[in-house]
Amino acid sequence: MLRKLFKFHGGVKPQTNKERSTTAPIAPVPLPDKLVIPLHQSVGGPPRPLVQRGDQVFKGQRIGAADGNLSSAVHASTSGIVRDVLPAVMPHTSGLTTLSVVIEPDGEDRWGELDRINVRAATPDELRDYLRDAGVVGLGGAVFPSHLKLKPGKEGSLDTLVINGAECEPFITCDDMLMRERATDMLKGISAMRHMLQARDVLIGIEDNKPEALAAVQAAITASGEKGIEAIAIPTRYPAGGAKQLIRVLTGIEVPHGRRSTDFGVQCFNVGTAYSIHEALEHGRPLVSRLVTVAGNVNAPRNYEVLIGTPMDHVVRLAGARPDTDRYIMGGPMMGVRMPAFDVPVVKATNCILVGSPALFPPPPPEMPCIRCGECAKACPADLAPFEMYWFSRARNFGKTQEYHLFDCIECGCCSFVCPSHIPLVDYFRFSKSEIWAREREKEAADTARERFEFKNLRQEREKQEKAEKLAAKAAATREKVAGETATPAAATAAKPSGDDAKRALIEAAMEKARQQKAQAAPKNVDVTSPDVQAEMAAIDARRRAAEHPTEAPPPPPAGQA
Amino acid sequence: MTSYLFVILGAVLVNNVVLVRILGLCPFMGVSKKLDTAVGMGAATTFVLTLGCGTSYLVDHYVLIPAGVDYLRTLAFIVIIAAIVQVTELVIQKTSPVLHQVLGIYLPLITTNCAVLGVPLLNVALHHDLLESLLFGFGSSVGFSLVLVLFAGIRERLDGADVPAPFKGTAIAMVTAGLMSLAFMGFAGLDKYH
Amino acid sequence: MLTALLVMTGIALLLGAGLGFASIKFKVEGDPLVDKIDAILPQTQCGQCGFPGCRPYANAIAGGEAEINQCPPGGEEGIRKLADLLGREFKPLSEEHGVEKPKSVAVIDEATCIGCTLCIQACPVDAIVGAAKQMHTIIAADCTGCELCLAPCPVDCIVMEPIAETVDTWKWRYPVFQIKQAA
Repeated sequence: MLRKLFKFHGGVKPQTNKERSTTAPIAPVPLPDKLVIPLHQSVGGPPRPLVQRGDQVFKGQRIGAADGNLSSAVHASTSGIVRDVLPAVMPHTSGLTTLSVVIEPDGEDRWGELDRINVRAATPDELRDYLRDAGVVGLGGAVFPSHLKLKPGKEGSLDTLVINGAECEPFITCDDMLMRERATDMLKGISAMRHMLQARDVLIGIEDNKPEALAAVQAAITASGEKGIEAIAIPTRYPAGGAKQLIRVLTGIEVPHGRRSTDFGVQCFNVGTAYSIHEALEHGRPLVSRLVTVAGNVNAPRNYEVLIGTPMDHVVRLAGARPDTDRYIMGGPMMGVRMPAFDVPVVKATNCILVGSPALFPPPPPEMPCIRCGECAKACPADLAPFEMYWFSRARNFGKTQEYHLFDCIECGCCSFVCPSHIPLVDYFRFSKSEIWAREREKEAADTARERFEFKNLRQEREKQEKAEKLAAKAAATREKVAGETATPAAATAAKPSGDDAKRALIEAAMEKARQQKAQAAPKNVDVTSPDVQAEMAAIDARRRAAEHPTEAPPPPPAGQA
Repeated sequence: MTSYLFVILGAVLVNNVVLVRILGLCPFMGVSKKLDTAVGMGAATTFVLTLGCGTSYLVDHYVLIPAGVDYLRTLAFIVIIAAIVQVTELVIQKTSPVLHQVLGIYLPLITTNCAVLGVPLLNVALHHDLLESLLFGFGSSVGFSLVLVLFAGIRERLDGADVPAPFKGTAIAMVTAGLMSLAFMGFAGLDKYH
Repeated sequence: MLTALLVMTGIALLLGAGLGFASIKFKVEGDPLVDKIDAILPQTQCGQCGFPGCRPYANAIAGGEAEINQCPPGGEEGIRKLADLLGREFKPLSEEHGVEKPKSVAVIDEATCIGCTLCIQACPVDAIVGAAKQMHTIIAADCTGCELCLAPCPVDCIVMEPIAETVDTWKWRYPVFQIKQAA
């Protein structure tokens, strides 16, 4: 059946460089000496660590629990001993550290007790929670937690589930190899997603430079006998693998600015994600490994099944890095980011380790002035005007960049690729975006501070008023009482008590009260506290005394840090 | 009818108050850094100038000329315009807070805008009647707004341009204004009935 | 001569009366400018400007009683924004009011804290929790880094710690401009 395909605007055709890494099948990676697993791997809050130094962990054991719904769990990728939980350099351009779990493998690679789920009996909500705890995230590169995307739209069902096997970026072939070798399992994962989303149709988009993968997927579809699933060859053009671009090509729907594809009954997942969903639902195995392409300046480019946390140089060594290697790039040549070190760990987002050298990726020619030729606008797959956004980014006029829809930019790099002046446009856009985010954070913080400050003022004002009222009421009550007391005996002698007498009585009453209070001068807050709190307070006092006189014995460590 | 059209068109393009008559240069340089502020200033000026032209015509014709003190015209016009601006600001502030938000800080600036004084005086010099005075005032202020907005658009872009250090800021803005002025001189070619 | 005087006085009186009437009839409370200035200020409520909080400082700027360069936490960028808004000249941060420091949060050394509640009273944004004779701690997310709690502490157990950069707050640098190298 011939299907009508659509075109997205722009795009480029860089040299694909995919042939060499697809000649050999996917290979396993021997266990490294240590695994460094960053806890913060996906969008959302960093997971809480569940293990501490010295713990024995098994493969698939949860070591980081999802923090809130917009987060995903992290698991030990092999069995061994937790050597440390400390901040380690993460695979990010900044070279910053993040809390990571260092595991020394025991060599047995033993699975722990797996938490299985009955897919047929479970409700969609249970399945989503299960996937969150299995750490399944989008493996296309954006690592968005999958359970959040597996919600049907407002109508309760979805028209089309788009599966992204386009893999448009040069050098990367991990999705290609996955489809060639594991199409049947991937298809089972797709069926599960289809069930959860109540999707009518499933379209698997595969670029037409991967005929083997297409054939394998089509064979698997025929074998499964499932209706309504179709694998479609789409024209090879970068970035056909962008979610919005692929949706456009397959369904003709153009998702407008500020809307989501689910508003139009379409949801998009990567093929790798489908496979890991199958692994999680069918075998109860959380996401502990992924396929990684090692390509570029290596003797034998190939795809490896890599445990999350494996140092990158450990994997690259297998492919045989050439001596002039000077950098690793995570991702492809168009969108990839340079790694701060060679031993950073492979994470869920690592689809490719591109080994670079000065000969393979020569330094870019010097940036020249923009001549407003409009090539970038012609190439932009998001229909933006990159030269305008560049102009205002450079002038740090961030309001204007947003007027030109900076945040619809997918940072695909087409504009930088075609620019005759060699302007690193995407770098400017990334700079602008992070500046805008920083400003928004600051603004938010200032707004909260203002609110809290105003509330504090209000509270103080109210307290003052309440206190004054209470005092006034009390004074009135005492005056009445005193007046009543003095009135009885005075009634016989004088007509009414003079003002002086009343005042003196008032002062005396107050002084009497003060005396009484002094008698029971025990600290007010202490008598209601429990004995252990009092003991703790005594300990604090002792510590403080010790701190004041350093010659004495050092204070005992606080209980919490033991 | 066509003569009225010519009054407007002439005031907007051919005899543009800023670029050809060289009036109202302080707001032209001062509030043209951002497009939004330029639009606000333009709207405020249009409002005040049209009103000012009408009022000054009435005062001139029914007070100054009958009393034979037309040599006090400049003084009287200054006072009238200042008062109009102030009253306008007060009224807008009360009646339309949104409009005041937009025009608010520009209104007081208009008091010192020489175009606002120049145009009523030109009205007298050109012997305009009431309707012509109003149209001329309106046309001039539309011309002022047009040029201000164009200039602000250019200046926003100048922020990102590689201007040689000595020319940065006001210097390059002056050069730009000069080029714009040259371009507007070209509209004089429209005036073949002259 | 007399006519001229009469005419001018007449016009002046008329307009003055009109203005006076309008100013009473169309009187509006509040100053929108103060809100705009307040929105630019960083809301640390630190008082380094010499006013008790950001809003009073905004009032003072709007009233012309204070310069725009008295806010160290706002830094140069804040001054630039104020200069832009008010159409004044930019001037560097006034030294007598302090220097721009990296963003910090206060941290209480809980072992030394005696639970005196003095810092709680000093905190302008209620970011310190604790009770009398109980140790206090700071809600880091709400701390503005104003340093107002440092002075009242009798045992000097509060220190300012700069906020470390994380991957979430990390910013891409401005691309290096290479035109000069090309020439």
